Amino acid sequence: MARIGVFVCWCGSNIAETVNVSKASEISGNIPGVVYSVDYKYMCSDPGQTLLKNAIKEHNLTGAVVASCSPRMHEKTFRKAAKDAGMNPYMLEMANIREQCSWVHDNKDEGTDKTIDLIRMMVEKVKRNHPLEDIKIPVTKKALVIGGGVAGIQAALDIAAGGVPVVLVERESSIGGKMAALDETFPTLDCSQCILTPKMVEVSQDPLIEIMSFSEIEKVEGYVGNFKATIRKKARYVDTDLCTGCGTCWLKCPVKVTSEFEQGLGKRKAIYIPFPQAIPSRPRIDPENCLKLTKDRCGICQKVCPTKAINYDDVDRLVEVEVGAIVVTTGYKIMPVSEFPEYGGGRYKDVVTALQFERMVCASGPTLGELQRPSDGKLPETVVFVKCVGSRDPEHHHSYCSKICCMYVAKQTMLYRHKVHNGNCYVFYIDVRSNGKNYEEFVRRAQEKEGAQYIRGRVSQVYKDGEDLVVEGADTLTNSQVKIKCDLVVLATAMEAPDGIKELAQKLGISYDQNGFLTEAHPKLKPIESSTAGVFLAGCALSPRDIPDSVSEASGAAAKVLGLLSKDEMHKDGVVAFVNEATCVACQNCIRVCPFVAIQLKDICNRKGEVLRQVADVNPGLCVGCGTCTPSCPSRSIELKGFTDAELFAEINALAEL
Amino acid sequence: MSENWEPKIVTFVCNWCTYAGADLAGTSRFKYSPNIRIIKTPCSGRIDPMFIVAAFEKGADAVLISGCHPGDCHYNEGNYNARRKFIMMRRLLSELGIDNERVIFAWCSASEGIKFARLVNEVSEKIKELGPFDEYHNLDQEER
Repeated sequence: MARIGVFVCWCGSNIAETVNVSKASEISGNIPGVVYSVDYKYMCSDPGQTLLKNAIKEHNLTGAVVASCSPRMHEKTFRKAAKDAGMNPYMLEMANIREQCSWVHDNKDEGTDKTIDLIRMMVEKVKRNHPLEDIKIPVTKKALVIGGGVAGIQAALDIAAGGVPVVLVERESSIGGKMAALDETFPTLDCSQCILTPKMVEVSQDPLIEIMSFSEIEKVEGYVGNFKATIRKKARYVDTDLCTGCGTCWLKCPVKVTSEFEQGLGKRKAIYIPFPQAIPSRPRIDPENCLKLTKDRCGICQKVCPTKAINYDDVDRLVEVEVGAIVVTTGYKIMPVSEFPEYGGGRYKDVVTALQFERMVCASGPTLGELQRPSDGKLPETVVFVKCVGSRDPEHHHSYCSKICCMYVAKQTMLYRHKVHNGNCYVFYIDVRSNGKNYEEFVRRAQEKEGAQYIRGRVSQVYKDGEDLVVEGADTLTNSQVKIKCDLVVLATAMEAPDGIKELAQKLGISYDQNGFLTEAHPKLKPIESSTAGVFLAGCALSPRDIPDSVSEASGAAAKVLGLLSKDEMHKDGVVAFVNEATCVACQNCIRVCPFVAIQLKDICNRKGEVLRQVADVNPGLCVGCGTCTPSCPSRSIELKGFTDAELFAEINALAEL
Repeated sequence: MSENWEPKIVTFVCNWCTYAGADLAGTSRFKYSPNIRIIKTPCSGRIDPMFIVAAFEKGADAVLISGCHPGDCHYNEGNYNARRKFIMMRRLLSELGIDNERVIFAWCSASEGIKFARLVNEVSEKIKELGPFDEYHNLDQEER
């Protein structure tokens, strides 16, 4: 038999002014099941909570209704007090008689009537409430970082610094990402390799970090705290344990191919490391170009390898890792020039992307830092930079701003002028966006001290005139047409979501936007959480951003991971769905409507292990308690704890007496 | 119908948007008609069409349902499920003899305290014009 206590709060005069609290308390005492009712000036105060605790003990209450402010304000307070007094916290409910009654109504009689109704509704609900337990989920203390660019590197280092082991998965054969290909970085002009490669080495030497390079995510199962990821270690044809990275193989390999790392401007061998500082410094064989693997000839690398590390029969291998949290730092790609034939992209060799320009000026680039234009090796005396190529162009390409182009173009004009002191460089721009620390000063320096000439307007076309390129565009500040003869055109093409990101997002159960960038759980307050618990995001996987932003987000994601994995088990609200297996007919309606993929079919077997039938089964780790499944069930077999049909219908039925 | 007749309006709201919006109306002291009784659910997706029928059976003159705006659902897509369900529900309700004008769907966010207050007042005024839902309540009596 229910023994319910009703506690009506005055909230000073906030409630008592519009509600006759003593009358409300008195009448509530007559509701069947209520054995104790009282009104008190401040229920949330210490004496108020003591009153509640004592009443629970003295009157042996099975449930309680506190009629006071919004449950969003004090539900936790009162449930904790109830728990301290030995009552299950979920047996206490609040009637919101302040925000939704006394503060919005003027008439005291009406306010009092409504208060009594609200209490009656909650009493009826509490009568049907069941004690619930918080859900405890064991946690695997290991993290997975997907993507080994600067964001992934930072996330892995920070997680490992917190004592948690990390698996860092990188699709390419070396970590380092785009940053490894950059020459110098804005706004300080530090050499990118000088600041990145020590971090790469740190990752490789950290005993808690396992790098899985040339590997991709095959499958991810499980849920927060308990993910199981299957990783495809792609065939490398080199045993990385035996290999010492001595380099004999790639020195002797006779096949030369265009290098992806050099953005098509340099060559590599068929057995190669992408760049000299690669981590791990273990080569891989490119099976499409290796003579042994394509034509069964050559085999030199195997002959020269001093440690017998070459294995032409290597195959892809699947590895399973169990982790408690995942950080996605998959970065970006840039649009190739071939998408812009109007700017000569794909037609003229001397129209290049900004990333190609980085390699052209980089001391470790294909020309060892000597600036030569791709067509004939000539030193470019005039260079035109075009910004917003593919970005801020909703009619043709992307509506978004790629964010970093304004800054790296200013940097590249400086790098150019440092190489060619009397060279001319022009920049076509729409706006200059330089809103970072020391960024505006940096752009001003490019314009005022380093001789970059900025022209506000768009380029209409690029064409060839003899050996030279001609850039035609508008100068909207002087309202005139301009034509510039130049030797090299650099297009600041848009950053795009990388290939395969949608497939990865689907494997992880996270969402992506119309541009393919991953979506944060809340754009302001949860900027590095995904919509799936335990999966965090950082860097350009979310949208274009610069190195400092990517690195700080990575550290933020690492902090989230460490917080999540700091406990042995996670505690979760007991409000989750549950299935009545006796009546479930496995129609799968609930499975279809569940936004969190928390429901699956489960086999019901007999003693011999034969499957008799199937029923829906809720994973309480994944269930967030939205209750969308409940009304979808035609046999009323799935219920949401804390908001069962019986409880909600009791509230509705209480209205009959109003 | 007596002159002082006030309608009974049952309101089903989600916890994250509309319940919070109603709280905001309170903290902002936006006054509204005291005819409504709010029943909280975690998500508009939890609201069962049978709740609406039950509310009318128990004497409601109108039912107001409100959740997060499309795209804003705390649970990503619960409100889309709710919307699909209620589009179908309207047709079924009229078959059951429930006047569609007495079932009001709205989206109201946690920041729209003023919208919530206005909504309640508008619904209350409208139902006052329509009068008590005696046809349905009497039907219930007869069947008993």
